[in-house]
Amino acid sequence: MSKKSSVQDVGARAHIALAQGPVEPSTVTSVHVPTARTTAPPRRRVRRDWAGWWFVGPFMLVFALVFLAPLFYAIYLSLFRETLMGGNSFVGVENYAQALTDPKFWEAMGRVAIFLLVQVPIMLLLALFAALALDSARLRWVPFYRLSIFLPYAVPGVVAVMIWGYMYGSQFGLVADLNHFFGVELPSPLATNLILVSIGNIVTWEFVGYNMLIFFSALKSVPQELYEAAEIDGAGTFRTIFSIKLPSIRGALVIATVFSVIGSFQLFNEPSILQTLAPNSIPSYYTPNLYAFNLSFAGSQFNYAAAIAIISGVITMVVAYLVQLGGEKKGAGA
Amino acid sequence: MSAVSTGRRQGRTPSRLASGRIPGDESRRARPKPRHKRPSLLLGVLMTLMVLYCLVPLWWLVVNSTKTMDSLYGSFAFWFSGEFSLFQNIADTFTYQDGIFLRWLTNTLFYVVVGAGGATLLATLAGYGLAKYKFPGRKWVFAIILGAMAIPGTALAVPQFLLFSGLGLTNTPWSVIIPAMVSAFGLYLVWVYARDAIPDELLEAARLDGAGEIRIFFVIALRQLAPALITVLMFAVVATWNNYFLPLIMLSDAQWYPLPVGLAQWSAQSSSIGGQAIPHLVITGSLLTVIPISAAFLYLQRYWQSGLTAGSVK
Repeated sequence: MSKKSSVQDVGARAHIALAQGPVEPSTVTSVHVPTARTTAPPRRRVRRDWAGWWFVGPFMLVFALVFLAPLFYAIYLSLFRETLMGGNSFVGVENYAQALTDPKFWEAMGRVAIFLLVQVPIMLLLALFAALALDSARLRWVPFYRLSIFLPYAVPGVVAVMIWGYMYGSQFGLVADLNHFFGVELPSPLATNLILVSIGNIVTWEFVGYNMLIFFSALKSVPQELYEAAEIDGAGTFRTIFSIKLPSIRGALVIATVFSVIGSFQLFNEPSILQTLAPNSIPSYYTPNLYAFNLSFAGSQFNYAAAIAIISGVITMVVAYLVQLGGEKKGAGA
Repeated sequence: MSAVSTGRRQGRTPSRLASGRIPGDESRRARPKPRHKRPSLLLGVLMTLMVLYCLVPLWWLVVNSTKTMDSLYGSFAFWFSGEFSLFQNIADTFTYQDGIFLRWLTNTLFYVVVGAGGATLLATLAGYGLAKYKFPGRKWVFAIILGAMAIPGTALAVPQFLLFSGLGLTNTPWSVIIPAMVSAFGLYLVWVYARDAIPDELLEAARLDGAGEIRIFFVIALRQLAPALITVLMFAVVATWNNYFLPLIMLSDAQWYPLPVGLAQWSAQSSSIGGQAIPHLVITGSLLTVIPISAAFLYLQRYWQSGLTAGSVK
């Protein structure tokens, strides 16, 4: 207790209280932490001074450099345009107006929208099925299945696209062998009308295990008592799934959907690498991201590219937000 | 390995400072081992199909990295054929273009150690700080980081490039490492985990003993945070090892490429005019890129469970 006089802040008072004997939870300052789930009883003492910045500061410094500064710079850039004489001139929202009437941009947006509506549900349903199967207690060798399905997530996107790209190819891939075996001429997965499906397959392959693990982790934290109660009530497998399991993991479902939505709008690696294999099927404006990239680095239209990037970013955020809102609303209704 | 591995570190190595039971843990009671029911054949078959879907491309990669360039074209793609030239291919991969593959491998390792290591350290510090301290501006930090998680990162790539170019950082390792050091999702994970896993009493007791805040973090908090930390590390390692878009933009000199960018360049080379087609080297190089990250991943993933279950996605 000799240190009692040397410390004066709130935290010190709390620890003196602690040192003097058992503390009633109610006498201690409780600080509400904004959380979705507060499991512990409300007896948190959090220090109120600048000490926290020692920990948060370094992160925020780097964060400001790689995130906040570019964000403001992008907004700034999008309001200017390079003139023929060289130098920039302020053009207001002209770049935005141009982007909003740019058929290439909307074609790219439409493409990722289709991708979003078809690939994301398929991938998430597969992932959900796998997670439910792992959790069902009716499957042996669960760790084997879990690891095998999760493994593609560790494969670099570039390598994944190359493997699938080669397999799609008519030279030494799966398609070539099928053609050879059955003496048929299958439609090439790299043709213009199938390329989006082929990309969807690659993305599904890469991320189905990741989403499965998110769902599986959530399923494992469902309280066991719920299952026991359901069993006593005579609920069958499907009843248990729809009445207990799915409502319990709604948070995970919403998060996985939001991540997939963001991922779809950001689609870049797969079309960009497949482009070398199928140059005629993938134009330079295949996805909004690819378009912004090519505008910047092939066309040096940095200002216009910034406007494109910002618009697609805003659309992404709006859609992600709507998904989240939809998920929460369903939650309130159930 | 048990599928339900909620074994918490603090359960096994109780801190000397914590006298008796650690509160906060009681709320997350481990779910008992699932009762095994009669295995379902249908589920087994369907899941096996899914495993095949996930593993066949990797099988293709392994098989084809053992083939010579000639037998790549002329043989069945999913079985070994011709002379076994895996080791020849590996040797060729490492010696092609004066051994640039080794250089790319070294670069990648460097980016992973500094970038992912830095990301883990920064996210852990900040997540802990947010969970256990109340400080001026805390709400703003929350708002900014949650907002950042919603914004597509690649939308910022171009301005990021221009900004880094203005600072003279493009085409240096820093242009890849510094952005890799920010993991908003990692911070979120640590924050959620630290909130429940580190009892405030423990910190207070340490303060009473006269320990400084930094010392408390490194000596006491860090070991409690281990599961979350490893989860963040695994995410950061995978993300940095596999990073393609950012280095593609930032780097123009092949000397600084990480493996994915280098491999993509090798692959594109065959379709460019006058370029030499080297599919066998691309395939073997891909295999060599996949093996270390898969090994690290399989090793680290066991900690994933407990880290994630801690509430990040609940």
